Amino acid sequence: MKYFPVIGLEVHVELNTKSKMFCGCSADYFGQKPNTHTCPVCLGHPGALPVPNKKAIESCIKIGLALNCDIPVFSKFDRKNYFYPDLAKGYQISQYDQPFAQNGWIKLSNGKKIGITRVHMEEDTGKLIHEKVNGENVSLIDFNRSGVPLVEIVTEPDFDDAEDVREYLQKLQQIVRYLGVSSADMDKGNMRLEPNISLRKKGEKDLPNYKVEVKNINSFGFVVKAIKSELERQEKILNDGKTPLQETRGYVEKSSSTVSQRSKEDAQDYRYFPEPDIPPLRWTINFIDGLKNKMPELPQEKENRFIKEYKISSYNASLLTKDKSLADFFENCAIDGKEFEINPKPIADYLINKKIVPEKQTPAEIIKKIKESSKVDEIDNEKLEKIIQEVLKKNPKAIEDYKSGKENAIMFLLGEVIREYKARIDTNIVKESLLSKLN
Amino acid sequence: MTKNLNKLNIKEAKEGLKKKEFSSVELTKACLKRIKETDEKLNIFVTLTEKEALKNAEKADAKLKEGVELPLLGIPIAIKDNFCTTGTRTTASAKVLDSYLPPYDATVVKKVKDAGAIILGKTNMDAWAHGSSTETSDYGPSRNPWNTNHLPGGSSGGSAAAVASNQCIAAIGSETAGSIRQPSSWCGVVGLKPTFGRVSRYGVIAMGSSFDSPGPITKTVEDSAFVLNVLAGKDEMDATTSPKDIPDYLSNINKNINLVIGISEEYFKGVDFEVVNKNKDAILKLEKKGYQVEVIKLFDPKYAIDVYTILQRSEVSSNLARYDGIRYGNDRRAFSEEAKRRIMFGTHALSSGYYDQYYNNASRVRRVIIEDFQKAFKKVDVIISPTSPTVALPLGATQNQAMFGEMADVLVEPSSIAGLSGINIPIGFSNKDLPIGMQVIGPQFAEENVLKIAKDYENLTIEDEWRNKETEI
Repeated sequence: MKYFPVIGLEVHVELNTKSKMFCGCSADYFGQKPNTHTCPVCLGHPGALPVPNKKAIESCIKIGLALNCDIPVFSKFDRKNYFYPDLAKGYQISQYDQPFAQNGWIKLSNGKKIGITRVHMEEDTGKLIHEKVNGENVSLIDFNRSGVPLVEIVTEPDFDDAEDVREYLQKLQQIVRYLGVSSADMDKGNMRLEPNISLRKKGEKDLPNYKVEVKNINSFGFVVKAIKSELERQEKILNDGKTPLQETRGYVEKSSSTVSQRSKEDAQDYRYFPEPDIPPLRWTINFIDGLKNKMPELPQEKENRFIKEYKISSYNASLLTKDKSLADFFENCAIDGKEFEINPKPIADYLINKKIVPEKQTPAEIIKKIKESSKVDEIDNEKLEKIIQEVLKKNPKAIEDYKSGKENAIMFLLGEVIREYKARIDTNIVKESLLSKLN
Repeated sequence: MTKNLNKLNIKEAKEGLKKKEFSSVELTKACLKRIKETDEKLNIFVTLTEKEALKNAEKADAKLKEGVELPLLGIPIAIKDNFCTTGTRTTASAKVLDSYLPPYDATVVKKVKDAGAIILGKTNMDAWAHGSSTETSDYGPSRNPWNTNHLPGGSSGGSAAAVASNQCIAAIGSETAGSIRQPSSWCGVVGLKPTFGRVSRYGVIAMGSSFDSPGPITKTVEDSAFVLNVLAGKDEMDATTSPKDIPDYLSNINKNINLVIGISEEYFKGVDFEVVNKNKDAILKLEKKGYQVEVIKLFDPKYAIDVYTILQRSEVSSNLARYDGIRYGNDRRAFSEEAKRRIMFGTHALSSGYYDQYYNNASRVRRVIIEDFQKAFKKVDVIISPTSPTVALPLGATQNQAMFGEMADVLVEPSSIAGLSGINIPIGFSNKDLPIGMQVIGPQFAEENVLKIAKDYENLTIEDEWRNKETEI
């Protein structure tokens, strides 16, 4: 490929606070009867005013801290003005030039560092529902979602590979779940992804003079497909000596491709200005330090600690820390295991191999099972001798292989002996007597 | 009672109710009678809530009988039509909201209801509060009770005229830049503009959100202090309200406090001769009483007009976006000329490429104006000046005058931009028998001092002949 991908990502995460961003209505709108979680504020009634949800702001800052961002002591809300029927006030309260968190980074497993431009707070919109009522096609508005807190996380255009984007998204999802600030379920719309994609010539340093934003992506798998198809499409255009249009495109699952939605000419002028209904926010160092102290151990830290503290492989540590409840379960098992002198390593293997679901068993039960499985029977030496001889007689080829230096042959013979013995015995003893016979 | 009941002020009405000289129903009926006699001419009430008022007056009488004590129990008041009232039509005098029935009470409305007040109805204003005449109301202009060929001022023109014509005992207005003080000046009543953030804006149909300040319009200074006691305070529903302690605004006004009065020449330039003279007389009276008067230098108030026009139009263009035709009955075609003009102006000022030149620059100058006042208030406690450059202008004065409001409000805009406290008090009449007003401006949260000076002036002139003048109607 003559071209090099330049990809940035905007991710919206819906917070799981009890109440909405600027009013006291319940934010738990999923599956509720339309327009039952509303009040004058989130309906945008004349005269109604927003009062920011402190808990949501704290969650937003926590996400920023988890992504290694700076937390400016001064911040403010702004109005983003645009018309859409699901936007109750005719503007969205968001943050423009002074977000709660900025200049962060996240490291991928291949060592690449992805810059986080900003993490800011805003509110969700209502939802349009298009359906037939009394035989007539109508558009209805459900305002239950209006005003639910949203955090937007914007990366630098640092990605050059769709698979890295997938890993970033998985990491981000893991982090917000660890923080407990969002369930980050893609299928419930708690997490929404918008990649910006363009191509530049190899060796060039400047950003391309266009970018394409892709919307309507509702799974991590689709984001990879969308990026791949978009890169192919843009490469063709560039190969023809043209520049792809700066536009917003939508992902179409059926064809795994993107279609044009809105061109640059239709780009909105949002006329941002400071939200006069909410005074600017000034944090004390104490407040930010307090949040830092309240931060839970994050996935990467936990993984590193597991490797060091429990002496398990980095592969196992990363699998165990993927989900916080599994990680906690593993640690509880390790504590219980100590009593029975069972090391963390076999516990980790057991949890991973058996795909243990924490909610279904207690650590004590797990330890009991591991103990049982590692119990060995007393060896009947006479029986063993007999079996070894039989196995050696049946497998002259393996003996030959072993003698000619093929170390693996011993493992085959060992397996045969154990199979014949039909009980749980210490393989080391078997191996020793096998070797003494062969040498 | 020699006076008609509707002519009473709050203090007198409270005393009469307490002494059982009359009932709240009688008091309310007297106001309603006056409204019926005069409102065809004055056009003050956009919505009259006669039935509810009488029902609530009955309830108030029952409570009075039980000995319940509430600050405004049984007192009939009028409310400007930009305050949301549950189930009572609230239009902001704009046809777009012709049939809007709010599902909630503005905090100010809730507070006066909880204090026992009887709401007579909703008063006319410039549509969306865009103006200083009440002539831009989509429901026709209100008239000045002193001369019905003249305007009452605005935007709280209905509330000011209602108090002046004794259609009510007191009224609630709101000021963005002058909308309480200027109509109070033109109608010859007391109008208090509290510090921004002292009184909740929740439920007030937003105009210039960073300026809007609800406040009382009353017949006496003491009544304004009394109503402010009811209205002031932190509101959980308005993030811009201050948590600052609320003093008892009544306790200071009769005390002896030494305050320094500042006057600035810039606030007398281009002001009508008669208005200047009456204001100078008034200041002299206060000086004679023992107040020290200092000449200070403030920025020419004309600079405030540009700042205010840009910031306020910008906020308006955003605040009116919700009236998109999807809800509230009437669509955007129902917006009047003035609203459309302000939406376009503000939209332009906020547009990319213009934001720095307009909004940002205006914000910076706003800061400079605030600092100018802060500097002045290191030397003086209050500033006194005319409220309006003119007395009430005749009907039609706003025609083809897109900047009419700003010119009429030139002397009140700087202090509004700075979010200061201020009050208008009547100080006499012009040759043509139209009221002349004076304003006392104080720092933020200095309502006590502002009220104190105003009350002293009132005391000094209480026996003056002009105070016995009756309205034409």
